[in-house]
Amino acid sequence: MKKYTFTEKKDTRSGFGAGLSELGKTNPNVVALCADLTGSLKMDAFQKDHPERFFQIGIAEANMMGIAAGLTIGGKIPFTGTFANFSTGRVYDQIRQSIAYSGKNVKICASHAGLTLGEDGATHQILEDIGLMKMLPHMVVINPCDYNQTKAATIAIAEYDGPVYLRFGRPTIPNFTPADQKFEIGKAVMLNEGTDVTIIATGHLVWKAIEAGEALAAKGISAEIINIHTIKPLDTDAILKSILKTKCVVTAEEHQMNGGLGDSVAQFLSRNHPTPQEFVAVNDSFGESGTPDELMKKYGLDSVDIVKAVEKVISRKK
Amino acid sequence: MANIEALKKLSTQVRRDIVRMVHAVSSGHPGGSLGCVEYFVALYKVIMKHDPKAFTMDGKNDDLFFLSNGHISPVFYSVLARCGYFPVEELKTFRKLNSRLQGHPTTHEGLPGVRIASGSLGQGMSVAIGAALAKKLNKDNSIVYTLHGDGELQEGQIWEAAMYAAAYKVDNMICTVDYNGRQIDGDVDKVLPLGDLKAKFEAFGWTVIENPKGNDLESVISYLEKAKTFVGKGKPIMILMNTEMGMGIDYMMGTHKWHGSAPNDEQLAKALLQIEETEKDY
Repeated sequence: MKKYTFTEKKDTRSGFGAGLSELGKTNPNVVALCADLTGSLKMDAFQKDHPERFFQIGIAEANMMGIAAGLTIGGKIPFTGTFANFSTGRVYDQIRQSIAYSGKNVKICASHAGLTLGEDGATHQILEDIGLMKMLPHMVVINPCDYNQTKAATIAIAEYDGPVYLRFGRPTIPNFTPADQKFEIGKAVMLNEGTDVTIIATGHLVWKAIEAGEALAAKGISAEIINIHTIKPLDTDAILKSILKTKCVVTAEEHQMNGGLGDSVAQFLSRNHPTPQEFVAVNDSFGESGTPDELMKKYGLDSVDIVKAVEKVISRKK
Repeated sequence: MANIEALKKLSTQVRRDIVRMVHAVSSGHPGGSLGCVEYFVALYKVIMKHDPKAFTMDGKNDDLFFLSNGHISPVFYSVLARCGYFPVEELKTFRKLNSRLQGHPTTHEGLPGVRIASGSLGQGMSVAIGAALAKKLNKDNSIVYTLHGDGELQEGQIWEAAMYAAAYKVDNMICTVDYNGRQIDGDVDKVLPLGDLKAKFEAFGWTVIENPKGNDLESVISYLEKAKTFVGKGKPIMILMNTEMGMGIDYMMGTHKWHGSAPNDEQLAKALLQIEETEKDY
């Protein structure tokens, strides 16, 4: 198992804030909109440095999505910022009609996704956003794994012409992606080559997958670990190549099993190369209040859950 | 200004286009379309600075128009075509398979003149605000126009947008409400009364102008011209424009029943007797 180290734990939302701040300096067409969560989204630096390109919308997310769509008419590249819950379900029809169907170059940037939002509870812990967004035709869906990757993704999506959903979160987690690693939309990152099982993880579950890989190595199981930061378009070549070698797969994500990354992987494999698969995801349930760590344990999203899923899926191999 | 008699003739032809388009596919929304003919003719033929032969999505240095109540696409398409955005002939593809003239306007098929999809109501004012803000950032002094249905004002997003536009002084935008008092289920006053609309928008911080004669072409032009004098004065601008749903076809007026239904062969013949072919039918 390849050794991964990190110097500090950082939150992915700060990676977004840093990326946005850099874009403010390098790309004059980038504008930012926020629905009363500037501090939570770490958009303060952009706001301070580029007040003329920052739009405080107030608590009116539907209006924010429409204004963002309008700003593209005139060549702007709008980045909207609010919690994932208010970036998706609350404004689904606005995104569908004014952004996705209209083909507008809006970057929907969503923080506090998933259980790790913690104590605020299920009203804010959206676990359905990946599914909602990936169903929209031509919507790109990205869920990076740490601070550096979120920063790189933020910068990369400004160069892509079309609507993008960028999902990140609140907790501090190990920051292990090299700061100079280029972010390529739709290109999986191979974290560890292995032979017995493929673990495909996204977002906060990527580090959990690395921890699981170490535990599995100690048990003599060789895990191939792939970081799928882009759920749509899915890097099916990387997945197929790995599955042909390992012949079984575990997907891991901080999302509902229905509609998530695992769903996308299963859909691809069932049509191309049916393969035993286990899902580490929330199973048709809302979250609740608690600390992020407590919640990840209770809802089965910890590294031990990945290890268990791996053992199960290996036993299913013929 | 263009010859007013010529524009009135064009309005008659637009009415013919509308009823013929919806009749051909037995679907679509003639009522509101007929009520807004004078508005569209005034806007596209007199008021707006635009170039139908050089349409770009960004529309830099052009005035822009957003139709928020997308269901009145027949009048929008007819006027766009008759201004030269696309061949008049294409009106016959309205609502048919593989057409650029979708039931509700879209950008998806690349129809020149359309900059946003609309149909799901309440979204156009927000989009227009965004386009108006982009114009300010681009130091572009042209104007953004919108049209809304009165029933559409029941959507909450309209009021989010109205609050924002006033608070952030979006004063390069002229919105118009097609105040015909009718919606699908009946009179707006019965479905969900809007109350004192003028007072509401003024309380939100808008400049509000009332045009009681939205089917009088000269009146529509003069109120739009008046609205333009308020551009750049620190407030968003609203025209409450009284119209008659179904205007021009006797049996379509005075009722909400032609909001979303098309005439049959016999009804079409009766309608066409009332509106002369002034430019060539497509």
